[in-house]
Amino acid sequence: MSTEDTTVENFDAEAVNAKHKRSLYAARQKIHPKRATGWFRSLKWWIMAITLGIYYLTPWLRWDRGPYAPDQAVLVDMANRRFYFFFIEIWPHEFFFVAGLLVMAGIGLFLVTSTVGRAWCGYTCPQTVWVDLFLVVERFFEGDRNARIKLDSAPWNFEKIWRRSAKHIVWVLIAIATGGAWIFYFADAPTLAKQFFTGNAHSVAYTTVAVLTATTYIFGGNMREQVCTYICPWPRVQAAMLDEHSLVVTYNDWRGEPRSKHAKKAAAAGEFVGDCVDCNACVAVCPMGIDIRDGQQLECITCALCIDACEGVMEKLGREKGLISYTTLANYNRNMALATGGVPGGVIDPSRVHTPDGGIVSKVSRFHLSDVIRPRTMVYTAIYALLGLGLLAALAMRTDLDVNVLADRNPQFVKLSDGSIRNGYQLKILNKTSNPREFLVMIAGLRGADLRLDGSDLDQGRLGQVTVEADQLRNVRTFVTLPPEAVISGQTDFTFIVQPLDGGNIARQSANFEAP
Amino acid sequence: MAEKEIDKVSGVETTGHEWDGIKELNNPLPRWWLWTFYATIVFAIGYMAYYPAIPLIEGSTMGMSGETNRSVLQQELKAADEAKAGLVSQIEQASLQDIRSNDELFRFAVAGGSSLFKVNCSQCHGSGAQGGPGYPNLNDDDWLWGGDLDAIYTSIKHGVRNGTDPDARDGQMPTFGEGILEAPQIQQVANYVLKLSGQEHDEALASTGQQLFAENCAACHGEDGKGGRDFGAPNLADQLWLYGGTADKIAAQISKPKHGVMPAWGQKLDDVEVKQLTVYVHSLGGGEQAAATQ
Repeated sequence: MSTEDTTVENFDAEAVNAKHKRSLYAARQKIHPKRATGWFRSLKWWIMAITLGIYYLTPWLRWDRGPYAPDQAVLVDMANRRFYFFFIEIWPHEFFFVAGLLVMAGIGLFLVTSTVGRAWCGYTCPQTVWVDLFLVVERFFEGDRNARIKLDSAPWNFEKIWRRSAKHIVWVLIAIATGGAWIFYFADAPTLAKQFFTGNAHSVAYTTVAVLTATTYIFGGNMREQVCTYICPWPRVQAAMLDEHSLVVTYNDWRGEPRSKHAKKAAAAGEFVGDCVDCNACVAVCPMGIDIRDGQQLECITCALCIDACEGVMEKLGREKGLISYTTLANYNRNMALATGGVPGGVIDPSRVHTPDGGIVSKVSRFHLSDVIRPRTMVYTAIYALLGLGLLAALAMRTDLDVNVLADRNPQFVKLSDGSIRNGYQLKILNKTSNPREFLVMIAGLRGADLRLDGSDLDQGRLGQVTVEADQLRNVRTFVTLPPEAVISGQTDFTFIVQPLDGGNIARQSANFEAP
Repeated sequence: MAEKEIDKVSGVETTGHEWDGIKELNNPLPRWWLWTFYATIVFAIGYMAYYPAIPLIEGSTMGMSGETNRSVLQQELKAADEAKAGLVSQIEQASLQDIRSNDELFRFAVAGGSSLFKVNCSQCHGSGAQGGPGYPNLNDDDWLWGGDLDAIYTSIKHGVRNGTDPDARDGQMPTFGEGILEAPQIQQVANYVLKLSGQEHDEALASTGQQLFAENCAACHGEDGKGGRDFGAPNLADQLWLYGGTADKIAAQISKPKHGVMPAWGQKLDDVEVKQLTVYVHSLGGGEQAAATQ
């Protein structure tokens, strides 16, 4: 066994949320997570940069839609009830696209959780990302863990005051930028920015920024892990989403126990101890204030920073990595059975899982990519793919012209002096392109009928012509009249045909003619 | 006071209250809860000072703002009136034809006219303006007094046979059954009217009725029975009947005519409202273009 274990730094860290300290009522103890380095930390830096970049920069992307529509790539236009997303434009009655995406997001969350556990919590949840960002600021001004603990207990001297104030000022600035970015999704960003800073924006904009600034500052800066532990419902849903084949961050106590700070002495004495040297590095880096060695627990957001911390230690000790690792419960149980000799709750014997030179025996179960493929994940994937294909199909078949017909119901029909019967309709023509368009309106069926459009440029018996402005709905009052000899008692079906003069798709809408 | 008693299990002080051996622990309220509670008290004091709050025998304290639901409603109504003041004054200035041809004014007038119609007119003419026996249907193309914008405007403003407005539409049909025509003659005229409108009739009666019609009715209803709008004389040659189109009903109307009455709405509504009603009624489908100026 290596003799280098004296070089491993020991941390005077105790998990704030350790198992034995849990109580129904307790004041919060501040957590001072130490900076971690390693593969997962790098991954988290990248995800943080990408997600924050998307959030802050998206409203500033431009997308040319011609003179009649806004040129902002992503815009939720509440006033005109339009939602723009690059080449997609959604009208209120097409809100099912958004609903569909939300359902997909939900199914996606189930899929991710059933395979890699709380990856959402650990990597992409805004709470996690912003707390990470706020921690960077805190570390910049106040130093890493030990310096912060010292500063916490230090008296209020000049140094403490300026470091604390600088940190809070930067936090508030980040919070304002966060709240500020949100409003740009709802209006033309450059215009709103100008209005905002000259004091001419709508009070809703200022209120929204104020509220989001407050929540960002309070949640990201001050409440941190408490949001996840006490406010968020998702950790509670986890129990239903995880199964024994889901990857979760796990302390492999079957190879770590019995832990010993004096592995070298023990080895010299011929005792066989586990791989854990009880250095508390995993506890020191944990932003949730837990000890992963207590087992899977509600507070753990699976940020994997304890893995990074432990890998460093294992490397220094020259032992196989993975004392703390992403592991499925099934593999863990098999390995535990191996370590205890198959006795449930039995004592762990390190010699059962270690080779004499300190390595891990080859009999232990390890994760294979095939573990991901199981009925549950396949069902999730299938639902996810079906929804996605359905939405894509709906998007591909989306028309740029819609016609709705609303027949008058009071009165249903009007008898004219020559005995003709007239029906009235509200013909709603939706021009979903970003150009004004002219349409011919015709009727098919209903032999002998006369069509009259209010505001038509053309009145020729069965033909009318109307112009609909870019991206607008026009409600055209429409009268259809049947001469006495052509009237058929009761309801008669016929069809309104709306044909764009620019050669686009024709829209048809069936309607009823009512007669006594 | 008794000495502080510390609970052995939890290490927390007790209140000294005991029920069947169970003692109440003296755990403090969470601080955030307490501070929220204090904040609500402060808020409530400010609220009471600012808004009407304390009920008195008559009314209540008015608070610094003096703002009540009633005053808020009045403000909102005032704001709504101000918001449409521009359109209202445009309607006041514009001619009916201009309102009809201006898209924005037209939509505003139809919306306003529609709600005015439901309040003032629907009682007789029906909510869809479909009318009923004795009350004209305003959707069709059969107008007693004229169906262009100006004619409709005059009918609404001054009303019909109301005795309150000297300019009201007026036209009386004689009571032919009382000393003018004999009962058989009324049957003959009625059959001629049936013939005019293309309905089943007794040809022998109708041919004698023709002469009677020319002598007694044509002055108002016209030689061809197509009516006369100057007197509000209905068109007898079409398919629409205000008081029914069967032989009995026609005879009854000749013998002892009923006459519709409509209030002079100009006495109750202002000019803008009458204009809006006019445009609305005109838009229902039967509106006529004004006759070309002679």
